[in-house]
Amino acid sequence: MSLNLEQVFRTARLARLAVSNAEAERTAAQLNDIFALIEQMQAVNTRGVEPMSHAVDLAQRLRDDQVTETDHRADFQAIAPETEAGLYLVPKVIE
Amino acid sequence: MQWEVVIGLETHAQLATESKIFSGAATAFGAAPNVQACGVDIALPGVLPVLNRKAVDCAIRFGLAVGGDIAPRSVFARKNYFYPDLPKGYQISQYEAPVVSGGSLSIRIGQGSDAQEKTVRLTRAHLEEDAGKSLHEDFQGKSGIDLNRAGTPLLEIVSEPDMRSSAEAVAYARALHALVRWIGICDGNMQEGSFRCDANVSVRPKGASEFGTRREIKNLNSFRFLQQAIDYEVQWQIGVLEDGGKIQQATVLFNPDTGETRAMRSKEDAHDYRYFPDPDLLPLVIAPAWKDQVQAAMPELPDAMRERFGRDYGLSAYDAATLTATLDLARYFESCVAAAGRELAKPCANWVMVDLAARLNRAELDIAQSPISAVQLAGLVRRVGDGTISNAIGKKVFDALCNGEGADADAIIEAQGLRQVNDAGAIEALVDAAIAGNPKSVEEFRAGKEKAFQALVGQVMKASKGKANPQQVNELLRKKLQG
Repeated sequence: MSLNLEQVFRTARLARLAVSNAEAERTAAQLNDIFALIEQMQAVNTRGVEPMSHAVDLAQRLRDDQVTETDHRADFQAIAPETEAGLYLVPKVIE
Repeated sequence: MQWEVVIGLETHAQLATESKIFSGAATAFGAAPNVQACGVDIALPGVLPVLNRKAVDCAIRFGLAVGGDIAPRSVFARKNYFYPDLPKGYQISQYEAPVVSGGSLSIRIGQGSDAQEKTVRLTRAHLEEDAGKSLHEDFQGKSGIDLNRAGTPLLEIVSEPDMRSSAEAVAYARALHALVRWIGICDGNMQEGSFRCDANVSVRPKGASEFGTRREIKNLNSFRFLQQAIDYEVQWQIGVLEDGGKIQQATVLFNPDTGETRAMRSKEDAHDYRYFPDPDLLPLVIAPAWKDQVQAAMPELPDAMRERFGRDYGLSAYDAATLTATLDLARYFESCVAAAGRELAKPCANWVMVDLAARLNRAELDIAQSPISAVQLAGLVRRVGDGTISNAIGKKVFDALCNGEGADADAIIEAQGLRQVNDAGAIEALVDAAIAGNPKSVEEFRAGKEKAFQALVGQVMKASKGKANPQQVNELLRKKLQG
């Protein structure tokens, strides 16, 4: 499998990354090198091996259902670009 | 051409936890903006999610209640998209390995004895976090973001495309709504967004085996809107197809003001979520012992209880369904029957479904806030049952009990002198007086006017202040007039 330039642009757009043509070409080459590596790994026989969803073979630790956080809105909003009436303001988003 | 409608529902039920699914911030509704959004919820760098045990407990409870499989090991995944009310740039959800798979829900379509039963299969139910809220008004061309809701635990319940009409879809949504409240995992408050549905709707020629292309109606937060939106969408799709057009897969919004559905500006990338296992969260392991523990604490489920009410109390399917609408109502009814005696189950059912329901409805109260306790109502039902008071006087005593005029029915009957007059001599005297005092009615009755008889009965009842045994009055009066 290999990526063409169009797929690189599409992936960049999904991640909201602006890439120039030169960057896209360089990235495509790098990604295709990674694909080559993956192809090599996929050649290994993994029959009977459970796929892992995490690199550590442990179970999720759980917490009790208790409210432990207090209001820190003022601290958080002190570093926000713009706020009003307790809300974070962002460029208008509407369908 | 005959068309067949195919509907599947995705329902988001907000789980009844105190704190969020991955953080210790509160989930209470109605707080000032952003005061219940902590570092995890607003995605500050360096924070880590820690899963709420109670949220998992709720999911297990649901899975067991619908007869689904609880995954011994399930995985959280990142669903990636950009929107300002989703600060991380991804929603933590479950994708390939959901906590619940399969199961089913039985639904009733239609009312009373015409109701039809149907089983709707469930695909899956998975845990995920809610997003924040965007407010689009009043901010000089900007949107305001409130992240209090971000991280609120949701159970997304996905049905198979088993429904064939808007009525079936509504029946399913209602049954699901009743169930999640019954097992105590969701408060079901639709106005506050605690229970909301997305409907996947398609149509196909009757008899076709392939599904048509579907459109998904988002965020329906009332049963009425669900019905209206599906009805409109179905007509729209049939119209397009009959005009030779094609349906494009799309996400649509329902506008309650116009009753129409409208496609959201189609985003070519909208459904490319690039799911992958969230490296911040390890797999969720549910040991058999945990499942057993949840099962042991499970209340009797509505279907089982409905069946038992029919079997043990001789109630009709309709009565049994009405009384098992909520767990609180069913428990109230059972306490009432326990105190009144099983042989009075049917009158208990009538008092609960008619008089009490009307009273609660008028006062906009929940059964849990009933002004008359189940034991008080049982005392009243017994006094009507053993003939101490008539049904009509019973309604008076009912009101008195609701208004707190006495501790129990007996006290009110004694204090207000409401005991029914069953004494034949006393009733005869009243009947004689009514005949003597109303010659015109007597004449009309003898001329064949049945209405005049009722007027005479009314006179006797009035003279007895409603306390004369109505059956005795009827019999004696008729005997005397015809004799």
